Amino acid sequence: MRALITSVYVFLYAPIALVVLFSFNAGRNASEFTGFSAQWYGKALANPFLVTALQNSLIIALVSATLAAVFGTMAALGLERLGARTRAIFDGLLAAAIVVPGVVIGIATLVALVAVFGAINPAIAALWPGDRPPQLGLGYGSIIAAHGLFTMALVTMIVKARIATLGRDIVEASADLYATPFTTFRDIVLPQILPSVLSGFLLAFTFSFDDFIVAFFVAGSKTTLPIYVFASIRRGVTPEVNAIATMVLVASLLLILISRLLMRDKTQKSPAGE
Amino acid sequence: MISAPTNDIEFRSVTKRYGAVTAVSDINLTVPKGAFVALLGPSGCGKTTCLRMIGGFEQPSEGEVLIAGKVANGVPAYRRPVNMVFQQYALFPHFDVEKNVAYGLKQLRPKLPVAEISRRVGEALEMVRLSGFAKRRIHEMSGGQQQRVALARALVNKPSVLLLDEPLAALDKKLRTAMQIELQTLQRDLGITFVLVTHDQEEALSMSDLVCVMSAGRIRQLATPQEVYDRPADLFVADFVGKTNRFDGTLEAGGTVRLGNGAALPVSRKDLAPGAVTVALRPEAIRLSRGTGNAATLEGTVTHRIFLGSAAEYSIAIDGLGDMLVTAERQTQNDLVAPGERVAISFDPGTAHIFPA
Repeated sequence: MRALITSVYVFLYAPIALVVLFSFNAGRNASEFTGFSAQWYGKALANPFLVTALQNSLIIALVSATLAAVFGTMAALGLERLGARTRAIFDGLLAAAIVVPGVVIGIATLVALVAVFGAINPAIAALWPGDRPPQLGLGYGSIIAAHGLFTMALVTMIVKARIATLGRDIVEASADLYATPFTTFRDIVLPQILPSVLSGFLLAFTFSFDDFIVAFFVAGSKTTLPIYVFASIRRGVTPEVNAIATMVLVASLLLILISRLLMRDKTQKSPAGE
Repeated sequence: MISAPTNDIEFRSVTKRYGAVTAVSDINLTVPKGAFVALLGPSGCGKTTCLRMIGGFEQPSEGEVLIAGKVANGVPAYRRPVNMVFQQYALFPHFDVEKNVAYGLKQLRPKLPVAEISRRVGEALEMVRLSGFAKRRIHEMSGGQQQRVALARALVNKPSVLLLDEPLAALDKKLRTAMQIELQTLQRDLGITFVLVTHDQEEALSMSDLVCVMSAGRIRQLATPQEVYDRPADLFVADFVGKTNRFDGTLEAGGTVRLGNGAALPVSRKDLAPGAVTVALRPEAIRLSRGTGNAATLEGTVTHRIFLGSAAEYSIAIDGLGDMLVTAERQTQNDLVAPGERVAISFDPGTAHIFPA
C-alpha cells in the first residue's frame, strides 16, 4: 500500500521536479543534465516576446480576477436572498459553469463575441462623428471577459460556502442595532467573508494566469504566457521553457500558500462551533 | 398637547402569511408601557413571528403594528426604537465585547462623543456584571457570559422595548434560574417594556406580569400569570400551562357533572348550559384520603409514587375512569401513600374547570 502511494506521488511530482531541475541545466539538451546554470532564466527574461506575454497574462489575470471577485461576491450575496427554488436553479448553473469544458466555453465565447461585434460595429460606425470609428475586436477585453465569467463562478461558490456558515441572525442583529444595510455590509458581513473573497480572487487569478484553452479562442492577436509557451514548444523544447514553467510554478505556489493562510486566519477568528 | 401613549406595543388585527401558511391570524394585543409580557406557546404557534414583526424583521400581511403609538408597518428594523436579544445571541464574532456593546451607539446620528459611548458601554457592562471583560473576544466567553453581552448590547441603547427571543433556552438549568431573576430585576429597575418569547411555561409564569398564551397563530388568553394558571380561558391553556387532569362528562341541571364511570361531581358553574363538557383538575387541587368512605365521589388505586421531598406526586388509576395525577403536600411524616393502596379523592368544587366540549 505504501509503495503504491509513493509511486502515485512520484508519478505526480517527478515530472514537475524534472522541469525545475532542467531549468537550471547548463546545456540546451532537454534529456541530459550537463551542469548547473541560471542562464535560461536570464535568456527568458531578456526575451521581449516572452516578457510581453507575461505582462499580458498578469494584466488579464489581475483585471479578470478583480472583476470575478467583485461580481462573484455580489452574486453570492444576492443568491442568499432568492427563494429556495430559484436559488437551486442558480446553484445548478454555477456548478455547470465550473464543469463545462474550457473548449466549450472558449468556442461559445468566441461565437458570442464575434456575433455581438458584428452587430455593434456597424452601429458605432454609423453614429461616429469622425472618419475612423473605433472597432470592437478580440484582445484584452475579450480574454478578460471570458476569464472573468468562468472564474466568477469559482468566487461565488467559495463566498457562498462562507456566507452559509454566517447565519442571518448577525445581519438581523446589526439591523436591530440601527445599522443601515450598507453599514451592516461594510462592518459585519464584509469582514466575515473577506478571507473567502480574497481566497476566491487568488484562485481566479491562478485560473486565468494558467488558462490556455479559453484564451486561445478569444485572444485575437494578443499572446498570453500559456499561448507563448505552447507556440514555443512547437519550435522545440528549450530549457528556457523550463525556466518559465518554474517561475510560474513558484508564483502559483505562493498564491496558494497565501490563500491557505487567509483561510486559516478565518478559522482562528471565529469560534469553533460557528 | 397630546398625551404620551400608554401602550408601547399594539397589534391591530395583525395577520401574517407565508405563502399558503398563516403563521399569525388576526391578532389584537396591547402591551402597556413598562410591562413584562411573555408570549407563550408551543413551537409554530406564531409567537416568534409576532416578536419579529415588532423588531421589523417581518412585515404583517394585514393589520397594523404600533410602537409607542406610531404605526410601524414598513419601517425597517434599523429605524425602530426597539432592541432584541437573539436566541443564539448573534454576537459579532470579529469584535471584542466592548465593540459589540458599542455597536448600536456608534450608529446614532448625530454622532455621540467617544467619551459618552465608552461611559455608557462601561455602565452597561457593569449592569450585567461583566466589567473587566471589555477586551475579551466573544469565543473566549461562556454561554452565560455571551448571554449577558447580548443583553448589554441591547440595553445600552436604552430602547423603549426590549425583545427577548427564547433568551435562556441555550443555558443550563441552574444558570437559567439565575438569569430569570437577573432579567426580572433589570426590567423592574429600568422600567423598560420587555417582550419575552418562550415555550417554557415555568419561565413565562415566573418572570412576567402578563402572559399571552398562543396556539396556531391565535391568542388563547392574555392575563396575569396567576389568572392564566387559576382561571385558564380554555382547555388548551389549561393543558399547556401547568399539569392538568382531564375527564369528559355531561353537565346536568343542578350543577353536577356526570362522569364516564357514573360518578357525579359537584361543580360551581351555574352559567353553562347542560351538555357535554370536559372537566380539568390541577394535580395540587386534589385531596387524597386513605381507604374508602366519607364524602369522596371518586376512588382508585395508587399505581406510582414520585417522592419530591416536601410533596409527593401520585399516579392513581380511578375506577372506571383512567389515570389521574395528584400532587400532595406532606403534612406529617407518615402521610405518604404506597403504590397499591386504595384511596379516595376529593376536591373543592371551585377548583374544577369546566369547558364545553
